[in-house]
Amino acid sequence: MSMHVSPIRNYVGVFVTLLALTLITVVVAFQDLGPLNTLVALGIAITKATIVILFFMHAKYSTRLTKLVIVSAFVWLLFLFVFTMSDFVTRGMMGVSGK
Amino acid sequence: MSTEAHPLLAHHFETLDQQRESSTLAMWIFLVTEIMFFGGLFMAYLLYRWKFPLAFHAGSHHLDIRLGAFNTIVLICSSLTMALGVRAAQTGERKKLTGFMVLTLILGFVFLGVKAIEYHDKFAHHLIPGLHFQWDGPGGREVQLFYSLYFAMTGLHALHMIIGAGLILWLLPSCVRGKYTADYYHPIECFGLYWHFVDIVWIFLFPLLYLLGRH
Repeated sequence: MSMHVSPIRNYVGVFVTLLALTLITVVVAFQDLGPLNTLVALGIAITKATIVILFFMHAKYSTRLTKLVIVSAFVWLLFLFVFTMSDFVTRGMMGVSGK
Repeated sequence: MSTEAHPLLAHHFETLDQQRESSTLAMWIFLVTEIMFFGGLFMAYLLYRWKFPLAFHAGSHHLDIRLGAFNTIVLICSSLTMALGVRAAQTGERKKLTGFMVLTLILGFVFLGVKAIEYHDKFAHHLIPGLHFQWDGPGGREVQLFYSLYFAMTGLHALHMIIGAGLILWLLPSCVRGKYTADYYHPIECFGLYWHFVDIVWIFLFPLLYLLGRH
């Protein structure tokens, strides 16, 4: 069998890391960093999500095809955000009526 | 071990490994559709927050950060119990698996209970979007937009939690009977993927809804 059984201490380590990152994100939210606040909060959330996917969801030990599917999901999500916002943010830049 | 003769091996698979890998892949494909499903709401959030930053700031201020943080910790705990449950299924420890599934279920209900308290508070303060929405300050319409997204996103997330709790109740009898062993545990593995996914959605909802505009 090629299944991977992680040791319990790995799961506990991931758990403690997630709790620590939650504490950090709450503490940082109360500091005024200007636009950096959102970036730090998102950075921590992305880090937490990556840890959960890799270790709790066993992506690290999955087949290459499964890994490709996981990555593709986030690429498509990025398309959704980037293309929509690149339209929305640049509206009115050209000074052409109706644009 | 002779995996070919295993009674739980479906006829269209060669081996138990192939069967398990196929179900994991299929579960992930389902989760991709879920990511895009929630992605639409995150897109709406991003766009309206870009357009009305002050109203989102003000609306977020009314959410209780203590309850939000508490629920974040509850969900992280439930993800740990779920991961340990999957591990117990892999090692064929029937009692541990059952125990961890029950713990995960209890934590899920704690989360939903806290969510119910929060929703009730919004109801009492007339913050449910619609005819009776009241906002003493500028930008009431835009703040209402924030609360529409708040209820749509946390509501859809809570619905996933309720479905997850139902799935645990459905899986529990077979856990008790000892159906899951090192040879056959992918139903638990796939459910675990779903549960962790729901946790990840909250990992993003918490900073975006509760932490915005605290400083």
